[in-house]
Amino acid sequence: MSEHSKSHIHILPLKTYLSVGAALLVLTAVTVGVSFIPLGGFNVVVALSIASVKALLVALFFMHLLYDKKIFMIIFAVAILFLALFITFTMFDTMRRGDIDVMQAAPIEKDAVIYKERGSDSTAVPSGIIPDSVTTAPEGH
Amino acid sequence: MSENIALARNYLNTPRGLKSWLLTLDHKRIGVLYLIAIMASFFLGGVFALLIRWELLNPGRDIMGPDTYNQVFTLHGAIMIFLFIIPSIPAALGNFVLPQMLGAKDVAFPRLNLASWYIYLFGALFAVYSMFSSAVDTGWTFYTPYSTETTTSVISMTMGAFILGFSSIFTGLNFIVTIHKLRAPGMTWRQLPLFVWALYATAIIQVLATPVLGITLLLLVLERVFGIGIFDPAMGGDPVLYQHFFWFYSHPAVYIMILPGMGIISELIAVFAHRKIFGYNAIAFSSLAIAFISFLVWGHHMFVSGQSPLAAMIFSFLTFLVGIPSGIKVFNWLATLYKGSISFATPMLYALSFLFLFTIGGLTGIFLGALATDVHLHDTYFVVAHFHYVMMGGTVMAFLGGIHYWWPKIWGRMYSEFWAKIAAVLVFIGFNVTFFTQFILGTKGMPRRYYNYLDQYQPLHAFSSIGSWILGLGFVVMLVYLLHSIYRGRPAGSNPWGALTLEWTNSSPPPPENFDEAPVLTHGPYDYDKVLVEEGSPARA
Amino acid sequence: MTHGKEHPAYLAHHFSEVEQQQESAKLGMWIFLLTEVLLFGGLFCFYTIYRAWNPDMFYNAHKFLNVELGALNTVVLISSSVTMALAIRSMQLNDRKKTIWFLVITLACAAIFLVVKYFEYSHKFHLGQLPGKFYTFTGVQGNNPHIFFSVYFTMTGLHGIHVLAGMVAISWVLYRTVKNNFSAQYYTPIEMTGLYWHLVDLIWIFLFPLLYLIG
Repeated sequence: MSEHSKSHIHILPLKTYLSVGAALLVLTAVTVGVSFIPLGGFNVVVALSIASVKALLVALFFMHLLYDKKIFMIIFAVAILFLALFITFTMFDTMRRGDIDVMQAAPIEKDAVIYKERGSDSTAVPSGIIPDSVTTAPEGH
Repeated sequence: MSENIALARNYLNTPRGLKSWLLTLDHKRIGVLYLIAIMASFFLGGVFALLIRWELLNPGRDIMGPDTYNQVFTLHGAIMIFLFIIPSIPAALGNFVLPQMLGAKDVAFPRLNLASWYIYLFGALFAVYSMFSSAVDTGWTFYTPYSTETTTSVISMTMGAFILGFSSIFTGLNFIVTIHKLRAPGMTWRQLPLFVWALYATAIIQVLATPVLGITLLLLVLERVFGIGIFDPAMGGDPVLYQHFFWFYSHPAVYIMILPGMGIISELIAVFAHRKIFGYNAIAFSSLAIAFISFLVWGHHMFVSGQSPLAAMIFSFLTFLVGIPSGIKVFNWLATLYKGSISFATPMLYALSFLFLFTIGGLTGIFLGALATDVHLHDTYFVVAHFHYVMMGGTVMAFLGGIHYWWPKIWGRMYSEFWAKIAAVLVFIGFNVTFFTQFILGTKGMPRRYYNYLDQYQPLHAFSSIGSWILGLGFVVMLVYLLHSIYRGRPAGSNPWGALTLEWTNSSPPPPENFDEAPVLTHGPYDYDKVLVEEGSPARA
Repeated sequence: MTHGKEHPAYLAHHFSEVEQQQESAKLGMWIFLLTEVLLFGGLFCFYTIYRAWNPDMFYNAHKFLNVELGALNTVVLISSSVTMALAIRSMQLNDRKKTIWFLVITLACAAIFLVVKYFEYSHKFHLGQLPGKFYTFTGVQGNNPHIFFSVYFTMTGLHGIHVLAGMVAISWVLYRTVKNNFSAQYYTPIEMTGLYWHLVDLIWIFLFPLLYLIG
C-alpha cells in the first residue's frame, strides 16, 4: 500500500490499437513468406525473432505493459527468464549426452610428459624413484 | 469452555455452525481447516512410516510382503510430500498469521483461498482413492519407464498431485498479492517480519515451479494413455528427460518446504532470545537468493542417471552455491542468540533443535552435491538420512515450533508447558536415534527402498526402528496435551511471549476482522532494544 | 466497516480503496499468466529437445500441416485480440453498446478458430496422423514421426482448451456487461479476461511458426 499514486487510467487512442493490429498482420504475412525461402539454420532464427516482436507488441500495447506499473513487466520478464533457464539447462544434458562415451582412460606414464619433452635431461631424475610395480601392474594390489 | 473466553466475540465463535465454517472466507478459519486436514495427512503418513520401520526390524518378512512394502514407502513419500509438508507451514500457519502480521483484514482473494482448501481436499481424495484401488509402487517420484509400465494406479495418484499443485499455486498467488497490496499503512518492505519474507520467497517458487509439475504429470498421464513418446524409451522417448521435468519442480519444492520453516525460526529466535534479530537484511535477502538458486540445481538428483558430464558439472557447482545463503541464515541466528536473554520455552526448544538438525542436514547435502561422493552414496540410506534431517529435522521441527508458538493465538489457550517439554525431548531423541543411524547404514552401503537386507545391517536397522517408536510416542503425547488444551487450557492472554509483531496486538483468539481498529505501526518487528514488553500484555512503545 | 469515504458495492470489505482492489486483481492476474507461461513451458521444452534431436523428421512431418489454415487462424486470433482491446477501451469511455459488440466479435473469432482447428484435426485423424501409439500414417521420412504429432496435438490441444476457457470467460463478462454491471469506474473483470485472452493469442503467435513454418 506504499505505492499510492493516483494512477489515471490510460485510454489509448483508437489509432494505436488499429496500427498495432495491422503491424501484427503484416508480420504474420512476412513470417509465412520467409519460411518458403531456404535459409538453412537461419529460418528458425528469423521465425522466432518475428514471433518475439509480435509477442512484444501484444504485451506492450494490448496488455498495457508499456503504460502500467513496472511490476507487471517484471513478472512477465521473470516468466520468460525461468522458461529460458528450464530449456537451456535441460539442453546442457540432452545436447551433450554422448560426451562420456568418447572419454578414454589415459595410461599412467612411467616418465611424465615434461621429461619426455626435455629429452636427454631425463637422466637427471634418479631412477627407481617410481617403482615399476606402480606403473605397470596396479591390479596387483 | 470457561466463561471468559466463551463470552468474548472471536473468530472461533462468530458466526457459529458447521456451515459457517465450511463456507467461511476468513483466512483464520481457513488456516484452521488446513491445519486439521494437514494433521490428518501427517498422521496417515506417520503410520506408513512406522509400518516401514517395523518391516525393516529384521531381514526378510516381518509384517508385509515386498510388493506391499513398495506401496507403503511410496504412499509414505507421496502423502508426506504432497499432502503434508508442502502445504503445512504456508497454508495452515501462513494463512492464519500472514494477514495479521501485515495488519490486514484478510488475504487479497478470500474466495480463492477457500477454493484452494477445497481443491486440496479434492486432490487428497484422488490420492486416497489410489491408495485403496491398487496403491502406487513407483516411489513418490513416479520415474519413467517404470511408472508407464506398472499396473498400479499411477494415473489417479498423479492426477491427485496435479490437482494439489493448483491448491499450492493459488495459495502462493494469494500471498504474493497480499504482501504487495495489503500491508498496514506505513509498513515498508524493511519492516516486514522475516516470516513474511520467507513466505514471499516461498510463494515465488510456488507460482514459478508448480506449473511445470502440472505439465509433467499431464505428459506422464498422456504417455501412459496414448504412448506419446516423450518419456517412454519403448516409444522413442527419453526417460532421463522425465527426471529433468520432474526435478525442475521438485527441487525448488524442497525450498517450498524449508523456506517457511526458516521464517518461523527467525521469529522464534528473536522472540525467545529477546534480542533484535541480527542481520535482518541478510536473512530477508538470503530467502530470495535461495528461491532463485533453487531453480538452477535440479540436476544434482540425476548424477548417476546418465545425464551429460557437462550438465552434471554445472549442476554440482551451482549446488554448492545454495550453501552460501543457508549459511548466512544460520550464522545470523547464532549471532542473535549471542548475549541474548534466552528463555527455553517449548517453541524455543524446537528452534534450537532446528538449528542443530538443519545444520547436519545441510552439511550432508554438500557431500551429496559433490559429484564423486554422490556416485558412492547415491540411493543409499545416507541420502534418506540427509533429506529427513532437512525435511523433518528442519521443516517439521520449525512447524512444531510454529504450532506451539501460535497455538495460544489460534485457540486463546495455553498448553501444558511440562508435557510440551517432555514431547519436545522425546521427538528430538527419537528423531536422532532413527535417522542418525541411517547415515551410518548408508555409508556402510545399505541401499534405500530395499525390502530385504544382509544380516550385518540388522542391529542398526533395529536401532533405527526403536527410534521411530520413541518419535511416535512423542507425537502421541503432543496430540493429547494439545487437544486437551483446546478445552481445558488456561487462557493465554493476547501476547503470552512478549512478541512485537502485529498479530500479538489483538486479542486471543482474534476477532473475526482481526483488528478492532486499523493497527498503527509504532515500532519494527524486532525492536527489543527500544520497546519494553511484558509477557502477557500487548506491546507498548 | 466504515472507510470514511464513499463505499461502492463492488469494493470488498478487506480493501480500503477501489484502486487498491483493482491493482490487486491485476497483480494476481499477471501472476496467474506467469504460471500459464510456465505450464506451456514444459511443452516448449518437449518441442525444443525433440526437434534438436530429430531436425529432419520434424521438417518432413511439418509439411503435413496446412499452412493456409494455420495462417488463417493466426489472422483470426490477432483480430480477436484487437477487438478484445477495443472492448475494454469502449468501456473506459463508458460506451457499453460498443463493448457488447466488440465482445461478440471476439467470441465469434474464438469460435471460428476452433472450427478451423476442428477441420484440421479431423483431417489428421482421417489420415492416421495421430499422437503416440495410435499413429498409423506412413508417409513421413525419419525416425519416430509419431513424436512430431504428439508434440503437435499436445501443444495445440492445450492451447485449444485455453481458447475454450477464454470463450467461457468472455461469455461471462459479456453477460455481465449486458446486465449493466460495469462502468468506466469498474470494469476489472473485462480487463482480466482481456489479459488472459491476449496471452492465449501470444502463445499461438509462437505455436504457429514453430509447428507450421519449419524452414
